Amino acid sequence: MERFLFLTFDGLSRGAVYAAFALALVLIWRAARIVNFAQGAMAVATAYAGYSVASATGSYWLGFAVAIVAGLLLGAAVERVVMRFVDHSSPLNGVVVALGLVLVIQAVLGMLYGNEYRPAAAPFSRSAFQVGGVALLSRFDLFVFAAVSAVVGLLGLLFTRTAVGLRMRAAAFAPDVSRLLGVPVAGMLTLGWALAAAVGSLAGLLVLPTELGLHPNAMDLVFVSSFTAAVVGGLDSAVGAVVGGLVVGLLLSFVSGYLGATVAPMAVLALLLVVLLGRPGGLFTRGRARAA
Amino acid sequence: MTGRTWLRHLAFLLPAAVAVLALTYLLPPFRTYQLATVGAYLCVTAGLTVLTGLNGQLSLGHGALMATGAYTLALTQNALAGRGQWTLLVSTAAAVVVTTAVGAVIGCAAARLRGPYLAGLTLAVAVVVPSVTSTFESVFNSDQGLSVALDPPPLALGATFPYERWQAWLSWAGALLTLFLLANLVRGRFGRNLRAVRDDEAAARLAGISVARTQVSAFVVSAACAGLGGALFAVLAQSVSPGAFPLTLSLFLLMAVVIGGLGSLTGAVCGAVLLVALPAATHSLTDAVHVSPAVAQRLEGNLPLAVFGVVLIVVMLALPGGLASLGRTLRRERPDP
Amino acid sequence: MSALLRVQELTAGYGAAPVLHGVDLTVPAGTILAVLGANGAGKTTLLRTLSGLLRPTHGRIRYDGTDLRATPVEQMVRLGIAHVPEGRGVVTELTVDENLRLGGLWRRDRADARRALTEVYDLFEPLARRRHHPGHQLSGGERQMLALGRALVGRPRLLLLDEPSLGLAPRVTAQIMALLRTLRDTTGLTVLLVEQNVRSALSVADQGVVMSLGRIVARDDAASLRADADLRHVYLGF
Ligand SMILES: Nc1ncnc2c1ncn2[C@@H]1O[C@H](COP(=O)(O)OP(=O)(O)OP(=O)(O)O)[C@@H](O)[C@H]1O
Ligand SMILES: [Mg+2]
Repeated sequence: MERFLFLTFDGLSRGAVYAAFALALVLIWRAARIVNFAQGAMAVATAYAGYSVASATGSYWLGFAVAIVAGLLLGAAVERVVMRFVDHSSPLNGVVVALGLVLVIQAVLGMLYGNEYRPAAAPFSRSAFQVGGVALLSRFDLFVFAAVSAVVGLLGLLFTRTAVGLRMRAAAFAPDVSRLLGVPVAGMLTLGWALAAAVGSLAGLLVLPTELGLHPNAMDLVFVSSFTAAVVGGLDSAVGAVVGGLVVGLLLSFVSGYLGATVAPMAVLALLLVVLLGRPGGLFTRGRARAA
Repeated sequence: MTGRTWLRHLAFLLPAAVAVLALTYLLPPFRTYQLATVGAYLCVTAGLTVLTGLNGQLSLGHGALMATGAYTLALTQNALAGRGQWTLLVSTAAAVVVTTAVGAVIGCAAARLRGPYLAGLTLAVAVVVPSVTSTFESVFNSDQGLSVALDPPPLALGATFPYERWQAWLSWAGALLTLFLLANLVRGRFGRNLRAVRDDEAAARLAGISVARTQVSAFVVSAACAGLGGALFAVLAQSVSPGAFPLTLSLFLLMAVVIGGLGSLTGAVCGAVLLVALPAATHSLTDAVHVSPAVAQRLEGNLPLAVFGVVLIVVMLALPGGLASLGRTLRRERPDP
Repeated sequence: MSALLRVQELTAGYGAAPVLHGVDLTVPAGTILAVLGANGAGKTTLLRTLSGLLRPTHGRIRYDGTDLRATPVEQMVRLGIAHVPEGRGVVTELTVDENLRLGGLWRRDRADARRALTEVYDLFEPLARRRHHPGHQLSGGERQMLALGRALVGRPRLLLLDEPSLGLAPRVTAQIMALLRTLRDTTGLTVLLVEQNVRSALSVADQGVVMSLGRIVARDDAASLRADADLRHVYLGF
């Protein structure tokens, strides 16, 4: 029972990170109908930037801030310089270009920092403290929950309560009509990419300390897990992405805890397969063909 | 498919075989080994061209399929070790069969998915499959991998016959056989169906083509090729390990067929050459400039990635219409008979 | 009467072949111009070119003294040009209220934008009742009201209306036409009204033009056009 509780909390903490990362994927999907396969690599790149600043200044939080800002800038740059010029007649084009970005980003990181793991610092202790004699959560886990809840809440407010959010949604759903109403559609798209990449960066900063550390490929598996989370949620739904993230986090935690850590990736693959084949449209949206 | 098509393809095949044969006698051992590697890659890129170029299905999982082939070969070969040259044929066949089966499973799922969903699933396969070696450590020996027990070249070739030349022969035998079979396949009804499904699924369905069956077949064919390529890789490296089949390998393969020219087997040859030549070129480049060994090592490992990535992005952005137009351009230039 | 919009030798189209072949138009301020013509005559293309969604390959568009040829689409609404596209262009994923607010987001004068919003709700009773319903739940008539109302929130000077009567009951069509007349008379609104429903359009319009194959083949007072039997027969089919 204790183990079950521990694994549940551990799973929710992991799941929160996947939720944030999946949310970033959903943001771009909704804005541009592109699954940003480069998001993992982009997040690692900004984490490296934060790492450099943190080790130069000795301040974790300065590095943290730099990583988030770098995410905003990188996201905007990727949209302005590359993605804007992709031909969208076939969804494959965006995918292939994003994969090209993955190669470029990972290569540049490898050249700058080398292809070995570097420790990723956590701002709070990762050892779980006892609640009623049971080790459940660490301070870092609490930080993860707080950060992800804040991001989800702020994004929710942004999209439902602000003029910019309304513009962004309108621009995504009906670009031509929005332009006729004075919405700078291209700018909204750039903003969407910037926000998504920053959320991705945050997710990276939250997940890297719990994995092997910084490495150009460090987010590959996280990307797969989060993509699965987004697909579980239906790829179009922000709420779905959050729930999907928690589902994937719990699954990973239980499988690692009861069957062994090496089985976990296969469990994710199995879940992805089952959802893609069994519930076209995800668990939270009305059924629709996976034609995209 | 007429007998004449077979003959024409055979007429291409024989000079190619002779040319490869001649090269294995002319090139120094290291170059011969590179030639052998091109042959192994060629099996995979040719299969991927059929899948992505002719059928429009994106696969990021071909590195994992190669791993399947390589590990199957290693396990079979080690089980049969020391019984003679014929065991290599058996274990290669086993590699192709097992990979084909795995490909059929993925293909059945793939046939129901499109665009980013298919890309995501195959990406997951590419990322997850290497971790299987850790799960079943006793069989696959985790990150260390397995060494492959191979027999020396047949004694009939002489006692001092270079091993690289033997490897090149093996790998090009596989590559040319693959090309020959694929060329015949895509010229026939199967090829027409592949293209019809790629261009317009609804129209293909109206024309009585089973879209799902065509897509699964395309996946099966290209998986078989990847299995053979993986098996040859194991023969060339004489070992297998998960590190040899990272996600990057899958991306490289995709890049190679895109840059080589999507949808033509000639493009697949260019892609395979590129996969070997580009890293080699960056190697000589880093040798030429004087930098510290540590920096040189970083450059060597990463420069090819960067070049591939940049070229890929530029190709995709420069072509109005993207991948599809690439396929169309090629089709215009090389009309079907 | 000064011309609010003056179009000269406008040539535009999709890809290589032009659809509009040298269109000339003058719309005096505070008038309604009906643009008539068979399917495929190029009416929608004309409006899309005027609002910047399509760029002309040749010709001039002068609006209130400025040249619109290089004006970004996003800028048009700030100049007072509202385009209600064919098929209405309601953002179906947004609610009625969000759609309407979208129409006033660009405005500096927030207080007046809110006032305009209230006016539209007063004008279109059904919209007020469905305020928080998503656009895809609206009926065709309600969507038309929403699209028109959204344009009015921006207090435009020039309204480009593309087939507002499409799929509407005659009574609703008549209401919309009456509304256009009222707006012209009270606010001095100028309207370019593309219509298949020739009778309704000519009943409110001051002037009319008839398009055929990308050219203007007739122009006259609305009353004369109504009376011109030959023209009606050849181009308008009634
Ligand atoms: N997106 C497009 N691409 C290419 N050609 C187009 C496009 N839209 C319209 N056309 C062509 O331009 C011509 C004029 O079309 P337009 O939509 O302007 O006609 P219309 O007068 O609005 O007709 P309707 O009364 O049916 O709405 C038609 O021949 C049409 O085929
Ligand atoms: Mg029209």
